[in-house]
Amino acid sequence: MTLVIGALVFWLFAWGFNEWLVRLRPASRGLKRLIDIAVPLIFGVTLLVLWEGLVRGFQVPVVLLPPPSMIWTRLIGSLPILWADFQQTVLKSVLTGYVLGCGFGFVVAIAIDRSPFLQKGLLPLGNFVSALPVVGIAPIMVMWFGFDWPSKVAVVVIMTFFPMLVNTVTGLSAASSMERDLMRTYAASWWQTLTKLRLPAAWPFIFNALKINSTLALIGAIVAEFFGTPIVGMGFRISTEVGRMNVDMVWAEIAVAALAGSGFYGAVALVERAVTFWHPSVRGERT
Amino acid sequence: MSTAPRFRDKILPVATILVAIVVLWYGAAAWLNAPFERDTAARAGTTIALTDLLKNTMAQERPVLPAPHQVFAELWDTTVNKPITSKRSLVYHAWVTLSATLLGFAIGTVLGILLAIGIVHNRAMDRSLMPWVIASQTVPILAVAPMIIVVLNAIGLSGLLPKALISTYLSFFPIVVGMVKGLRSPEQIQLDLMRTYDASAAQVLTKLRWPAAMPYLFTSLKVAIAISLVGAIVGELPTGAVAGLGARLLAGSYYGQTVQIWSALFMAAGLAAVLVLVVGMLHAMVLKRMGARP
Repeated sequence: MTLVIGALVFWLFAWGFNEWLVRLRPASRGLKRLIDIAVPLIFGVTLLVLWEGLVRGFQVPVVLLPPPSMIWTRLIGSLPILWADFQQTVLKSVLTGYVLGCGFGFVVAIAIDRSPFLQKGLLPLGNFVSALPVVGIAPIMVMWFGFDWPSKVAVVVIMTFFPMLVNTVTGLSAASSMERDLMRTYAASWWQTLTKLRLPAAWPFIFNALKINSTLALIGAIVAEFFGTPIVGMGFRISTEVGRMNVDMVWAEIAVAALAGSGFYGAVALVERAVTFWHPSVRGERT
Repeated sequence: MSTAPRFRDKILPVATILVAIVVLWYGAAAWLNAPFERDTAARAGTTIALTDLLKNTMAQERPVLPAPHQVFAELWDTTVNKPITSKRSLVYHAWVTLSATLLGFAIGTVLGILLAIGIVHNRAMDRSLMPWVIASQTVPILAVAPMIIVVLNAIGLSGLLPKALISTYLSFFPIVVGMVKGLRSPEQIQLDLMRTYDASAAQVLTKLRWPAAMPYLFTSLKVAIAISLVGAIVGELPTGAVAGLGARLLAGSYYGQTVQIWSALFMAAGLAAVLVLVVGMLHAMVLKRMGARP
């Protein structure tokens, strides 16, 4: 019982501390940044403490919800297995599929750029497909390409292709007609207009698709592994360990997936900041 | 007068692409299914004429890629010809999935809106919760799906609710993010006007912020309903559920029933299209009642 009360007290204290922190008007910019980082961090830590305290205090069965400390020890204890799964799922399936799918989407968008007819035909379809449960093609891909990672790559390619296509086509039309007229007065060729004006204007849209796709790719690969896989991979580990009721292992795998997902997303976001430094949403944070 | 450009600019291009897809599909079906026919012929010690080969590839029992008409025949057979209560009826499976989707979507919407209202009104909540809400979107949440189902099964909850909870979890985030944006969309000058009226926070919420958030809400709802359906389907996969579109996919992949997989896929696609369309119609209706010009 003391654990529960302790966790609750910690929660109230952290809450109050956060309330106090956000009311502060720090003088220096460095301090303000520090607070901006500290507040969500404290919240996260509080969540973990509350989780640990409640699970241990009420003696919730491990099968239902293991305490974070147990997940952590499991994670540290089975690093080789987790690394192998990570290699299989993220490095082989997700990255290959992501690069291929986004690349295809981009190339097709450029290819149909000169044909308004194809654009008008493909854009509504692309939008429509983006709303569909595309992961459903996973069993078919597993049948066609076998159990190993190529089938997962195929699923990821199909899932990432359409968001990329739609966003690139939209982005390529983002440059205003005034700017295009200027390029015309320079006697710029289609290619020059594309590389010097329209592609730079399209970057925010393209990065939007890249960010959406980073999550989609991971989901696609993991779900595809539910349908059949060699005895390695994150989706495989999750589904078999659930069957064996090794819930702490499942949570460790989920933690790795979460880390991989946010790391991937973060990397794309960093590149975006570097490439679209001129965009208001990036510029605004620097002032 | 307006029908001609509409036909030229919308219907014709889309129809052309669709026809091209169907043609490509038939070609691919013939090409992918041909090796099996050649094998059978070789084993029987005969050679097969090209016309027979093409005819046979269109009507295999377990084709690598079923031809479109096979899929539609299966769809027609399992929706119209079977009684709705039968376990072999696709309508029955679609309903199982749909009910989980809708329940999860409803819970997710309510939760998301409540959380967004809290975030907009409380600075501490905003600063500590928002980064986590955004970070959670980058996590492959569907990986947790089998987990949730098994855990809830262990404490005696089974059937509709666990699947609905996955849909809730998935649909909840787009709504929080969209609603926070929407509730913050009124401009300072409008908020100042409310202040001069001595409006309370609740009045500002109901009379200014809420109406201003409607377009954002519906945009998020469209995303959320599509992703709820994905959640419900994936929720049916790992546990070997007996009913639902996901279960159909899984059973089809176990027994190599490709036609069944494709028909389940088409049903899911149709369901998604109808759901997004319904939300879109609601959107248009609400905007019209609010006096927006189309």
